[in-house]
Amino acid sequence: MEIVKPLFQILAAALLAPLLPGVVNRVKAVFAGRKGPPLEQLYYDLIKLLRKAPVYSRTSTWVFKAGPIAGFAALMTALAMLPFAGRPAALAFEGDFIFLVYLLGLARFGTVLAALDTGSAFEGMGASREMQFAVFAEPAFFLGLAALARITGEGSLAGMFGALTGETWRTAAPVLALLTASFFIVLLAENSRVPADDPNTHLELTMIHEAMVLDHSGPELAYILYGASLKLWLFGAVIGSMVLPRHSGSWASDSGMFLLVMFGVAAGVGVVESVLARLRLTKVPYLLITAFAFSALGLIFQMAR
Amino acid sequence: MRQALLVLPVAAGIFTFLGFVPGEDGLRPLLTYALLLLPLAAGLTAFLVRGDAPRRKLLLWTAWLHFTLAAITIWDYNYRGPYADGGSTIAPVWFAFDALGLVFLGITSLLFLGAANYAAGYLASEKRDPGEDSDEGFIFNNAPEAVFTGCLLLFLSAMTAVAASRHMGLLWACVEATTLLSAPLIYFHRHKRSLEATWKYLLICSVGIALALMGNLFLGAAGLKTGAGLDLQALLLRAGALDAPLLKAAFLFLFVGYGTKMGLAPFHTWLPDAHSEAPAVVSALLSGALLNCAFLGVLRVSSVCAAAGLADFTGGIMVLFGLFSVITAALFMLGQRDYKRLLAYSSIEHMGIIALGAGLGGGAVYGALLGAVSHSLTKAGLFFTSGLVLAAEKTKRISDVKGLWRRAPRTAALWLAGFFLITGTPPSGIFLAKFIILKEALALKHYWLAAAFLVFLAILFAGMARVFIGMVFGEREAKPGEKPYAEEASMLVPAAVFFGCVVLAGLFIPEWFNSLLALAAQNIGGRP
Amino acid sequence: MHTFAEFIIVFIILINLALSVTGSLSACIKLVALQGVVAGVLPLMAGHGGPQGRAVAFAAVIILLKGAVFPWLMMRARDSSGASKDVEPLISYPASIMLCLGAFIASSWMGTRLPLPEAGVAWIVPASLATIFTGFLLITTRRKAITQVLGYLVIENGIYIFGLALFVEQPMMVELAILLDVFVAVFVMGIAIFHISREFDHIDTAELSELSDWRRGEYGK
Repeated sequence: MEIVKPLFQILAAALLAPLLPGVVNRVKAVFAGRKGPPLEQLYYDLIKLLRKAPVYSRTSTWVFKAGPIAGFAALMTALAMLPFAGRPAALAFEGDFIFLVYLLGLARFGTVLAALDTGSAFEGMGASREMQFAVFAEPAFFLGLAALARITGEGSLAGMFGALTGETWRTAAPVLALLTASFFIVLLAENSRVPADDPNTHLELTMIHEAMVLDHSGPELAYILYGASLKLWLFGAVIGSMVLPRHSGSWASDSGMFLLVMFGVAAGVGVVESVLARLRLTKVPYLLITAFAFSALGLIFQMAR
Repeated sequence: MRQALLVLPVAAGIFTFLGFVPGEDGLRPLLTYALLLLPLAAGLTAFLVRGDAPRRKLLLWTAWLHFTLAAITIWDYNYRGPYADGGSTIAPVWFAFDALGLVFLGITSLLFLGAANYAAGYLASEKRDPGEDSDEGFIFNNAPEAVFTGCLLLFLSAMTAVAASRHMGLLWACVEATTLLSAPLIYFHRHKRSLEATWKYLLICSVGIALALMGNLFLGAAGLKTGAGLDLQALLLRAGALDAPLLKAAFLFLFVGYGTKMGLAPFHTWLPDAHSEAPAVVSALLSGALLNCAFLGVLRVSSVCAAAGLADFTGGIMVLFGLFSVITAALFMLGQRDYKRLLAYSSIEHMGIIALGAGLGGGAVYGALLGAVSHSLTKAGLFFTSGLVLAAEKTKRISDVKGLWRRAPRTAALWLAGFFLITGTPPSGIFLAKFIILKEALALKHYWLAAAFLVFLAILFAGMARVFIGMVFGEREAKPGEKPYAEEASMLVPAAVFFGCVVLAGLFIPEWFNSLLALAAQNIGGRP
Repeated sequence: MHTFAEFIIVFIILINLALSVTGSLSACIKLVALQGVVAGVLPLMAGHGGPQGRAVAFAAVIILLKGAVFPWLMMRARDSSGASKDVEPLISYPASIMLCLGAFIASSWMGTRLPLPEAGVAWIVPASLATIFTGFLLITTRRKAITQVLGYLVIENGIYIFGLALFVEQPMMVELAILLDVFVAVFVMGIAIFHISREFDHIDTAELSELSDWRRGEYGK
């Protein structure tokens, strides 16, 4: 019986992840006074893309084909480690949060290599921008997770979020608030949301993430889009687990609350995207350094206790 | 000088009263508060008085009255000794004078008297013919005289309050008040350089004094268990029970804070600018009285530390920074092109010497106090004379002044006399002070310290000699468009009197002065 | 109550971070005012038992001065000097925020080293020291004279918070005298800024360097 729950968790995450971008787009449409695309739009896009035949450029190599698959695999593995309503995940060991950060890095690496492999100027530009922002985003995320480990005294993600209760919030509220803010900023940057990047832009010179995937088509594009929604789910799960410590002993009600919070986070992203304008490119590292400062502050606060 | 004759009856009246008023302390509290409130009231009135002549009279009267009251207070202290209870009870009192406070009160009051007399003549001549800037040639745009006189009087009140403070927090507030009140005085001649000097002075001294506030907090924390608060008397009596590490931290912060105001290197950067750009009267007061008030702050906290047994720690720090100041002053003085800036660096040097003396302890403390008094008088006289030199030659540059004795012989004589006195040529009081400090250094077997001390003093003497002798002697060519120059007696007299006092101090120290200094040295050592 | 006091301390540190990176002069003035008000409220939170009348009155005076009077004086100085809206930092944004963070780390370390009595609220000593450092940062790395005055106010805020950590009770008269001094200081500095802008046509203190023994300005030749 115990193996069913984690499997169910991974299945739920895998199936529900594409809903999140739909929620974001719906919220943006509501703000703009439009009706907007249906919530399950990404499912239709994925099915459509999987049926198409891919087009490869003559200058690209096997790296171009391997990149999206590597990213998809890394993100699916990360999914197995994620906390779900504070319950133990399928894959949990001491220090697995370091492994998580590296998996994200691997996914990014795959995408960047595939982009560079095309030999096109736009992809290269997008790749360099993406890596530049990753330099600032990854330490912020990592320090935040380290601070969380310090607060709860646990070494694995499942343990950390499992030990995070309402009591922890009562005693360490300022630190957790700082970490939540930091993680939210990292979420915005890693998932190429406003104010770091505008996902709806059509101008290649203003793109960061989409520029990297301009040349992909067919199933590879499906893997990339699905991977992006998995990433959004991942960061949302981290924030959701922090914000909503487990209350009752019932697995069903906890999971229900958790899903609600996930959609709440997605709605929050939508609100932020509608309210803020995109930052100038040179200012995005400043935003990420601010997130880093928040994480560092949280860590120092916790160590000074 | 009519005011001098008219205050004699006032003084006689107070003398008679002193014998008749009952109570252990007699008229002392009244005298103390009169000393504080008189310049305060006069300063506020000066802002309202219209007409320059009545305002200058107000300045002179206040100066004379203040001096008389100070003289009576000192005489009373000498005659009847410290407080009747011998300082063993702790009645929290905001303002009262002990021997150390009286030394600084006396110097401040005397200096202000000279400055007021000089200022009366100076303001009158500035009104007739505002000076010209020697480099850029524009006519000075001066601040309104009411602001100047008012701030001058309020400044005296603040300095008296510093000397009389018995509460470290109040002392802090009064020192900050002196900074704020002297800033408009520096900015009397309104032009770019004086504004720059004023801004630096304001900001650096305010930040330094903010650090001194940190020191006060540490001091309060050190005495938390004893319930002493920041009352000086209580701190001195319960010094043994104070928390040593917190007390050390308090001393460090207070030393840095008040040391900035005192002009110790490396916190001295504001001093050359402020003292050279201010008018001569203000420079004299700043160098002669204000630096001493800051020194008083340092001495108060070091007396608490000495009473708590930390004299070695505090002494070491004071000696270190004192020597560093002497070295810095010597090095920077060598290339100076402006004689007022040169005098400012000489102030830094002397502040270093007296910090060194106070830090060495023992007999050197007496030397430090004597040095403080002598330096104040001599430097004030020198600044007054520099004002006269500026009036005669219309330039602040050393290289442009030659053969001063031809144009203004009495000024030149004073200038040369001042040089000899400030560098410690016998029979200067400064010579005696340096000698005592050196003797103590050798007695304590600090041979390297004494050697360094002598070397840098020699460098200073040589540097200053070259400048001063070059300015006074030599051939002088008349500049085009120059009017013949008449020396004003009222501006010469204060400097001459001050130099006379310093020579007197070097030759023969009267008994009352000697005992006052000795008692003050005991205060520094931690006796309340 | 304690967690609320901790929140206030964290808020003060966040204001420090914001001060070190903000680019707008009016935002800077408002942040310093906010910090002063929050610091004034702190003693009411951190004390044991309910706040007494004297403490409330004093907090009211501080909130009035730091929240209303000082910003008004600073805005007046800014308007009368016609300064631009920029803060004009001498070092870049990342450098500023890193220095501020480094200052906080240093003050946390110092807080453990200083022999201070047990503070009721955690992080009050590092927060106050970090605030003082931020004040120094503002004075040394910003060009305008107004930001130097703001830096001085931040240092005073930090020292005030530090005083709370030490439980030092100063007599009312002394505390009022301190406030009066700070007020007069800000007032006088405001006047000086007006004069600087009139004399120099700017309030760029990096240009106020004619009187110098290191670098000879026009004057020294």
